[in-house]
Amino acid sequence: MFTAIKKGRLVAGLVVVSAAVALAGCSSSNPLDTASTSSASGAASGPIVIGSQAYYSNEIIAEIYAQALEANGIEVTRQFNIGQRDAYLPALESGEVQLFPEYTGNLLQYYDPSTTAKTSDDVFAALQTALPQGLEVLDQSPATDQDSYNVTKAFSDANGVTSLADLSKVTTPITLGGNSELQTRPYGPDGLKSTYGVTVGFTPIEDSGGPLTIKALNDNTVQMVNIYSADPNIKTSGLVTLADPKGLFLASNVVPLINSNSATPEVVSIINKVSAALTAADLVDLNSQSVNDQQSADTIAKNWLAKVNLF
Amino acid sequence: MNLFFDGIAWILDSANQGGPGGWIARLGEQLAYTFGAVAIAAVIAVPLGYLVGHTGRGRDLAVSLSGGFRALPSLGLLILLGLGLGIGFRAPLLTFVILAIPPILAGAYAGFEAIDRKTIDAARALGMTELQIVGRVEVPLGLPLLIGGIRSGVLQVVATATLAAYVSGGALGVFIFEGFSTRNYAEALGASILVTVLALVLEGIFALIQRLVVPRGVVAKEPTEIRTRSSRPVAVAGLPAQEGK
Repeated sequence: MFTAIKKGRLVAGLVVVSAAVALAGCSSSNPLDTASTSSASGAASGPIVIGSQAYYSNEIIAEIYAQALEANGIEVTRQFNIGQRDAYLPALESGEVQLFPEYTGNLLQYYDPSTTAKTSDDVFAALQTALPQGLEVLDQSPATDQDSYNVTKAFSDANGVTSLADLSKVTTPITLGGNSELQTRPYGPDGLKSTYGVTVGFTPIEDSGGPLTIKALNDNTVQMVNIYSADPNIKTSGLVTLADPKGLFLASNVVPLINSNSATPEVVSIINKVSAALTAADLVDLNSQSVNDQQSADTIAKNWLAKVNLF
Repeated sequence: MNLFFDGIAWILDSANQGGPGGWIARLGEQLAYTFGAVAIAAVIAVPLGYLVGHTGRGRDLAVSLSGGFRALPSLGLLILLGLGLGIGFRAPLLTFVILAIPPILAGAYAGFEAIDRKTIDAARALGMTELQIVGRVEVPLGLPLLIGGIRSGVLQVVATATLAAYVSGGALGVFIFEGFSTRNYAEALGASILVTVLALVLEGIFALIQRLVVPRGVVAKEPTEIRTRSSRPVAVAGLPAQEGK
């Protein structure tokens, strides 16, 4: 009886202690701080920390970078799934993360929201000056993956809409669906209004152009959705991507963003070879392997590197 | 702490309060999800729980069913239902109904089971019909445990209803998703504080209700058992059985 009570107290004590430890973990000031901040400035010495967005396609490219570097005997650490630009760019500037697959247009718009560059070469050139001290981009890849507005085939046929400029002819109200941050982006509802004179409503759907977004589009809950142009779902769901004659979206090629401390000639030459080999069709194909064949980023990256026969 | 004050400041800023996108309206949606889901869950789970508790049949099924439902991951269920029902309020509402059923079901049948069988037998001996036993004995006596189940269901739903924003179902989660994706942590934290306060307030209200619904006969001090006590002391032989315990 006595020992049972003692045991009970012991358990209660353990619970209290572990709860205290767990709470202490919660109170650390910055929730995004990870344990691996030790390599803050002396980047070139330790393994290269490669990050990726919480976007499967971005993770595949990051994994390709990682495997390409590893194949050449360079040590890497993977810090995938970091989230949105607002979260990971400060980490890149500080050197917590050193290499990151990026997209030229979106990256430029982040640092220079008023930019007038539209074509892929202009954007790439503008990016060189827009980047903050300590960050640089390597060669851009021919592969593009940019935001695009898509409608159903039925909507396109019924309203004769194939381009964003045609939207002003549509008499029924249009609601745009996409992640909640789209609402505040320069190419969001405000950009549509100022560039094409089209007023749209906005419905946040938080799965980044995934199945819920496409379901909402097919249900006509929203009439237009933002899906990345390299998403294989555009083709498999029979959607119509609206043309963008006035350049609301900037050209957005895949580009490696690197912390200058880590840009050794060896790393630069390996990553540039990868970028040159990655074509737009390749990227859609890689994405399709992830979405439709449910393969892991690891396998997809390995297969692609073997196919292009780089290393 | 700085961030915490930013969150409070976000709540106090009148620009974030009014209108269809303000937090007052979103708080209303959060409450609507909570009470809507719990009410629907109660309509399903209470009769079922009473049936199980009164007859004692299907208890194993009820236990494993409520246990199984508890194990369902809410976000996964929400996305799955969202793919079937489309975006909007229906998929989240259904998810939260499923979330609220197990505690209410458990509260309903546990409330009946916890009643001393002698009490029910006595009621039966008095000539009460089964319906009278349920209505006049079992329901009142089981009410505190049922309210306890509803209380736990309300707490779970009010905390989980933030997920509704994932499928554009509104409620306070809108600010949390938006705040995180645009790195506006004051907004995300402000909404989280609101959810926390809401949960605590509801918890307090239900704790009070749970106290109030205990039947007076149960709250009253137990009557001293006059008849079983002998009027004069009984001679006891030997030592107390448990000396030195």
